[in-house]
Amino acid sequence: MTLNVKERRNKTGTVLVATGEINSETSGTLLESLLPLVREGKPLRIDLTAVTYVSSAGLRTLLVVYREAQHAGVAVTLYGVSEEVRFVMSATGFLDFFETGEAAAAAAKAKAAR
Amino acid sequence: MSETRSEQVLRVDAYPTHEVGGYRVRAGKPFPFGANVVPGGVSFSVFSDQATSMTLVVYKRGEPEPMAELEFPEEFRTGSVFAMTVFGLDHENIEYGYRADGPYDPVTGHRFDARQVLSDPYARLIAGRDVWGVEPDRSRGYQYRSRVCLQDFDWGDDTPLGIPAEDLVVYEAHVRGFTRHPNSGVTAPGTFAGLREKIPYLKELGVNCIELLPVFEFDESDNPRSNPETGEKLFDYWGYNTVSFFAPKAGYAATGRYGMQGDEFRTLIKDLHAAGIEVILDVVFNHTAEGNEQGPTISFKGLDNATYYMLTPEGYYFNFSGTGNTVNCNHPVVRNFVLDCLRHWVADYHIDGFRFDLAAILGRSLDGTPLPNPPLLELLAYDPVLRHTKLIAEAWDAGGLYEVGNFPAYGRWAEWNGKYRDTVRRFLKGDPGVTGELATRIAGSPDLYSSRGTAASVNFLTAHDGFSLADLVSYNDKHNEANGEGNNDGANDNNSWNCGAEGPTDDPQINALRTRQMKNALAILLTSQGIPMLLSGDEVGRTQQGNNNTYCQDNELSWFDWDQVDDNAELLRFTREMIAFRKRHRELRSTCHPTGRVRDTLGLPDISWHGERAWQPDWSADSRLVAVARCGAGDDDVVYVAMNSHWEPHDLELPALPGGRSWHLFADTGAEAPHDIRTPGTEPELDNAGKYLIGPRSVVILVGRTNDPDESDTP
Repeated sequence: MTLNVKERRNKTGTVLVATGEINSETSGTLLESLLPLVREGKPLRIDLTAVTYVSSAGLRTLLVVYREAQHAGVAVTLYGVSEEVRFVMSATGFLDFFETGEAAAAAAKAKAAR
Repeated sequence: MSETRSEQVLRVDAYPTHEVGGYRVRAGKPFPFGANVVPGGVSFSVFSDQATSMTLVVYKRGEPEPMAELEFPEEFRTGSVFAMTVFGLDHENIEYGYRADGPYDPVTGHRFDARQVLSDPYARLIAGRDVWGVEPDRSRGYQYRSRVCLQDFDWGDDTPLGIPAEDLVVYEAHVRGFTRHPNSGVTAPGTFAGLREKIPYLKELGVNCIELLPVFEFDESDNPRSNPETGEKLFDYWGYNTVSFFAPKAGYAATGRYGMQGDEFRTLIKDLHAAGIEVILDVVFNHTAEGNEQGPTISFKGLDNATYYMLTPEGYYFNFSGTGNTVNCNHPVVRNFVLDCLRHWVADYHIDGFRFDLAAILGRSLDGTPLPNPPLLELLAYDPVLRHTKLIAEAWDAGGLYEVGNFPAYGRWAEWNGKYRDTVRRFLKGDPGVTGELATRIAGSPDLYSSRGTAASVNFLTAHDGFSLADLVSYNDKHNEANGEGNNDGANDNNSWNCGAEGPTDDPQINALRTRQMKNALAILLTSQGIPMLLSGDEVGRTQQGNNNTYCQDNELSWFDWDQVDDNAELLRFTREMIAFRKRHRELRSTCHPTGRVRDTLGLPDISWHGERAWQPDWSADSRLVAVARCGAGDDDVVYVAMNSHWEPHDLELPALPGGRSWHLFADTGAEAPHDIRTPGTEPELDNAGKYLIGPRSVVILVGRTNDPDESDTP
């Protein structure tokens, strides 16, 4: 299984859309795509809607991106996390590190309500 | 380029020097043992003293046949360690093992068989039993497959809690059994993740340490028996049959099928720590799942049988464990293996302590005789990495070595106090002649631990091995027929009492007495000096229907029934308040054995004994009543615990209190709920300051303090 990545830029930042599986074979591609975007310093969204599986190495890659972004002061949000991937990320604790699209939307809604 | 990336440096050892079997390789480093990801490849290192050759066998994940067999070149051998770095492997998608060639000569201890593929004793992950209870494909030649994993978990700011041993309230639990019941309400029943969802329950209960039954990879399906009544397959449910000592059990992880059990377990530990709960692992170094001459060859047997196992002069396995083989724990190589293993769990999983199954074996020499100064026990006691972990011995073994009170402690080791269990059980039954020994046990067993302090004694009344608390008061005899061993398994000396009927009954008087007896047990346990240990489920009256050896029962006999949290809310509340009371009263947790001398300005001795008359305990054989008062240890209050196992009530004369203090009622197990127990700090003052009527088979707990608890109590 391969991984395809596409960038999409908008006013609020960059969206990286991933398609396929994120595992030890493909995570290098993902990292090479994501790290330059983190260094641009703009908010980054990673769209995982079309990602069917994230392996242990894949989760580590996402966490490396998160740590790099944290170091650079860049906000990273995961979008479209499937139920299965969310379950795996939750059980292994990786989900605790990330802001996900749903949570970000809820926070924005709460802010707007104030 | 960020700082993190710029730290990458070129390494000479990132380049291959040889080619073996079509793979680029170079000599690996002997240490650390196991499979470790290094720049460009994976370094494999394995020990065998007598192997004539060693071959690394590599599989694509899940495939039945190897994708490569790489014999270690002779120059890759340092001493008795074979080490090789293989480049270009996808560490996440391979499984590996070893073929060790050498002599097959059981009389001299050697059982080499190059046809077998062997698990790496240092494997950090094992594949092959990824989901609990799934029937394995036994036709596969290699069942328990070693896997490579990264050890880079992000612990954040997690640090050891360092709870003083005397402040612990230990909760012994089974990872699967705690949430496997269909009514547990968790997302992933029976797993580390499921247990994680129940952390709020543990926190509310008040325990600050969870002791987990074995979590090292084992094979739950290796029990050949069936339930003779139902025909259902029986399991090796408890898991005292270790397959791999460095690998967490995949079947205990919701993500085991993805090989993520390590991260899932670490996340559980991290969150338990965040909730103020330490984690102790029940570890089994006395034997392995390889059994005796008839048992399977999994790892040690084929790698270096004569080193890893205690053998008779004829080459048979010594059996001090009762399970077929005995690990040769005091062999210098095996000592280091045990040490490496425990360091791994402390450094890589942040484990806070260990309870050693049949730990007396760890003090035996290579031929099985007990050592006066066992090097393994000393090594573990002084090891820098383990230095602040809790070490708890089950200080006996199946070979008849019984060292309770006499375990070589090196100032570090605590013990499961089996004598505490037996004495309190006999007292609760109402046996005559027990009050004297009861006093010794609840004072921290100074006869056993005078030089080691009270925290050397782990006090317990029930554990996984034996009756649950509800069954202890519901059965005179064990009922283990479901285990398929003709009721011949499990202990016969249980000191249990059914309160008038064997098993479940509709008799309200018997049921009320059973509830009272459970409260009595909990009240005594949680006011005794030493470390109290509760068995998971006892706080809600969990029953095993009289089975006192549920090692093979993966069903409702063993599982925590969460309906009982509501059904037995009275007992749960009682347990919760008793734990809170213990935390509030430092005198119950003093590390020093009490002396009976006045040690502070209150003018009362640190411990005093009483009977129906204050200051006049009755130690005679017919006495079934004893009361103890404690004070000091920095608190200004006095705790008085009267224990009556007599079937008659007794008038108690209460000792007079100094300094404007008066007696307040915390608990009376003879009273109807909710008056059986109060929230600590809210105890009402007694109307009659000098007397109290203790009911039959009851425990009464009073606090002597001023009327403003905030002035006298130190939480």
